[in-house]
Amino acid sequence: MNTQEVAKVNNKYQLGFWVYLMTDCLLFGSLFATYAVLRGATYGGPTEADIFEMPFVLAETLILLTSTFVCGLGLVAAKAGKQTWTIILFGLTMLLGIAFLAMELSEFSKLIGEGFSWQRSAFLSAFFVLVGTHGAHILAGLIWVVVMLVRVTQRGLTPNNLRRLSLFALFWHFLDVIWIFIFTVVYLMGVAK
Amino acid sequence: MKHVIRYVIGFVVSVALTLAAYFFVTGAYFAGSVLIAVIAVLALIQFFVQMFCFLHLDEDEQPRWKLAVFISMGVTLIIVVFGSIWIMNNLNYHMMPPGEMDAKMMEEKDKGF
Amino acid sequence: MLGQLTLEAFQKGLIEMGAQIGLVVGGLVVVGLLFYFKKWKWLWKTWITSLDPKKIGIMYLILAAFMLLRGLADVLMMRAQQAMSSGDATGILSSDHFQQVFSAHGTIMIFFVAMGVIFALFNLIVPSQIGARDVAFPFMNSVSFWLFFVGVALINLPLIVGEFSAAGWLAYPPLSGLEYSPGVGVDYWIWALQIAGIGSLLSGINFLVTIFKMRAPGMRMMKMPIFVWSVLGSVSLIIFAFPILTATLGMLSLDRLIGTHFFTSDFGGNPMMYVNLIWAWGHPEVYILILPAFGIFSEIVATFSGKRLFGYKSMVAAILAITFLSFTVWLHHFFTMGAGANVNAFFGIMTAVIAVPTGVKVFNWLFTMYRGRVRLTTPMLWFLGFVVTFTLGGVAGVLMSVPAIDFQVHNTLFLVAHFHTMIIGGVLFGFFAGLTYWFPKFAGFRLNERLGRYAFWCWLIGFLTAFVPLYALGLMGAVRRMDHYSSELGWQQLFIVAGVGVAIICLGVFFQLLQLVVSIIQRKKNMVGADPWDGRTLEWAMSTPPKEYNFAVLPTVTERDAFWEMKQKKQLPSRNYEDVHVPKNSGIGVMVGMSALAAGFGIIWHIWWLALIGFIAVLVLLIVRLTSDDTERVIPRAEVERLENMKAGAA
Repeated sequence: MNTQEVAKVNNKYQLGFWVYLMTDCLLFGSLFATYAVLRGATYGGPTEADIFEMPFVLAETLILLTSTFVCGLGLVAAKAGKQTWTIILFGLTMLLGIAFLAMELSEFSKLIGEGFSWQRSAFLSAFFVLVGTHGAHILAGLIWVVVMLVRVTQRGLTPNNLRRLSLFALFWHFLDVIWIFIFTVVYLMGVAK
Repeated sequence: MKHVIRYVIGFVVSVALTLAAYFFVTGAYFAGSVLIAVIAVLALIQFFVQMFCFLHLDEDEQPRWKLAVFISMGVTLIIVVFGSIWIMNNLNYHMMPPGEMDAKMMEEKDKGF
Repeated sequence: MLGQLTLEAFQKGLIEMGAQIGLVVGGLVVVGLLFYFKKWKWLWKTWITSLDPKKIGIMYLILAAFMLLRGLADVLMMRAQQAMSSGDATGILSSDHFQQVFSAHGTIMIFFVAMGVIFALFNLIVPSQIGARDVAFPFMNSVSFWLFFVGVALINLPLIVGEFSAAGWLAYPPLSGLEYSPGVGVDYWIWALQIAGIGSLLSGINFLVTIFKMRAPGMRMMKMPIFVWSVLGSVSLIIFAFPILTATLGMLSLDRLIGTHFFTSDFGGNPMMYVNLIWAWGHPEVYILILPAFGIFSEIVATFSGKRLFGYKSMVAAILAITFLSFTVWLHHFFTMGAGANVNAFFGIMTAVIAVPTGVKVFNWLFTMYRGRVRLTTPMLWFLGFVVTFTLGGVAGVLMSVPAIDFQVHNTLFLVAHFHTMIIGGVLFGFFAGLTYWFPKFAGFRLNERLGRYAFWCWLIGFLTAFVPLYALGLMGAVRRMDHYSSELGWQQLFIVAGVGVAIICLGVFFQLLQLVVSIIQRKKNMVGADPWDGRTLEWAMSTPPKEYNFAVLPTVTERDAFWEMKQKKQLPSRNYEDVHVPKNSGIGVMVGMSALAAGFGIIWHIWWLALIGFIAVLVLLIVRLTSDDTERVIPRAEVERLENMKAGAA
């Protein structure tokens, strides 16, 4: 395919993936609405202030922000044809993403260990599922970036691989956008007096 | 290259906004609904910063389908989310069991309604 | 090892056993015939692994037709029950069975008949109407279809093993929660819809990008056929509404699987939130179904009046208005749940408002007919039937938009009559019109006109006979979903009339099946060329039957009603042939489907290892396909030339 045809195909995929991201916004929106309605339904169990550790959450947030920044740089490197830098930067993206997920999992298992699982109250159900759904998306992204690292190592920065990296970057950025709202609506507004 | 600049600006501004919101809350600089409004605004600003710097919302050739779908999504989202919150608040109030209603009315009385 | 699946799950009551054995035997017969006629390879190569939307569209149609028959069987059982069960008589169905029957009926008709039919038409018509060869993402199209197939499978499996949901077609909690529905029924319902729903969402994305990005050169948005505009409205609703369904079904399934408390009646759960969210999806869903039907009528009325559609711009505006307003009315489905007056009033007003653009469309169709050379073919009969019935049902809807009135008729048979009028009079009649209209394009011969008329009149008269009594019964206070009514009410006669109406509808269906058989037998006498109706839009410019690539040379468009323009200017199709790229066949779509089926079945019966394997298989298959670089094949120029020069019908 010539460059014009490649551009046309990329355009199609970019729009298609963008539309998918827009649908994901509605998915998260439904979970946010549910969280807003159920956040006060603690049923005698812990409230937000009882279970949120803000410094820990701030660290998570900054790690994810850094990860998304590095991902953007990785895409610049890929478009400039620099294969080694691409692998380094996307690899770093992956490591920071793993760190984020590990922190989140440790937060979850601590709560479960204390008896504050999703079964304790509607508030906790909404919390675990909203934040957990974001975490599941992060996990999907991590699988994606691993596959991409393998493919780029195997086949180099082909037009198809470039396109896929570009779509991954969109996805990864989108997940940080969602996290802005989780950080604000769930954590900050949860402890704000 | 202009993308690199964008990413750097986006990153720095986002970190700043995040830290600001965090310290306003933990340092209790504002209170009550003012605090909520402030951090909501900070979140919205960061949202748009990231939409432009990371997600390249403005970089669409004509016709601007990405922008059109984004705006449609935004409108729908606002209607569904805030509509649901409005409806559920209303329902919870009207369908509250009598015992809880007494407690609720005492609470409202203390707030000065 | 096998979770909750035991031999007991296969045991059924008498009537259910009939269905169980019938389904198994029927399946074995089909499989046996495939072996006997050695058609497996043909089936695999030509249909199952095809990424051609025209083939995928026909497969959707076959599944939808099968589900229509199943849904009708449910209707016969319900009507028989309500006609017989009065006073001391208890009819033929136990209460629990009756509840499963009406739950299955609604679920099947909406999710698998109506959705199946519209996805069939999207696939068959949209690409060629915009002068394209295919949809934007052909592989995703195949996955969408196979996920739909999984939904069909999971809805029919309860007939063989286990039970179905008895919680209605929307499964409100707490009834659908673990405490009151401990069996597998609700889980079958959840996962059939969850999996098929993802297929629908992917299709929505696919067709949106197709319409935005793959129109023929020169076809600006305001030059698109109105059917394509109506599809655009429908898929816009799909992409924003279906995620809400995914989230809500997800939360209900978590309540049932891991003990969350979203919609439980204790621990802080709020069942009203489920009702709110499910209808935030549910109302756009009904507009998803009706908009394409409106689009079909626009094409048909213009073609058979020999005139261009009256008021194209206002039609587009009406479609966009309906699309937007669909998201502002959903509370009218639960006026009686207890919200205050201001909330109810807002949604009541919006509901009344949404009737206005629909009215605009009806007037535009009638103005199109005025002073046209109207041919009263079967499709036009379906249109006229639609005008009568849809208006009737529509005004019933506007009546119910007033909350105070709705309080009287909510969940009565008045409501049931209203929505059936909308879906049968609107969606189904629209689909039947479209089927008769577009059939010759793909088959090369027309459907028998006379049998088509008989079918239409039976459907119209049968429909009115079946549902007008229900309007009356609803106004008299008859509650829906009851398997027995007291004989003192004196309602039994009306139920008997309704039963007769359904029998007449069945006669209509019989005529449709007969029409298909007779038309096939008589096909040599009814052969037609590529343009049997003197059509106006580009799908008629394809050969009949269409080539895999639709157009040898993609058309350039200058006006609305592009094909009509070409005919007026006596434009011959270009012979500037080039190599054509088409997608390679792929078995990954069906394998993803089968893996999803395994995963769904595993979750339903708590066979965790099966669920995990199915899920991982889906992931691996998708990774393999989505990182593959070899997905297209080329039809060389010489081959294109050869195919174009062949006589019509010889392909």
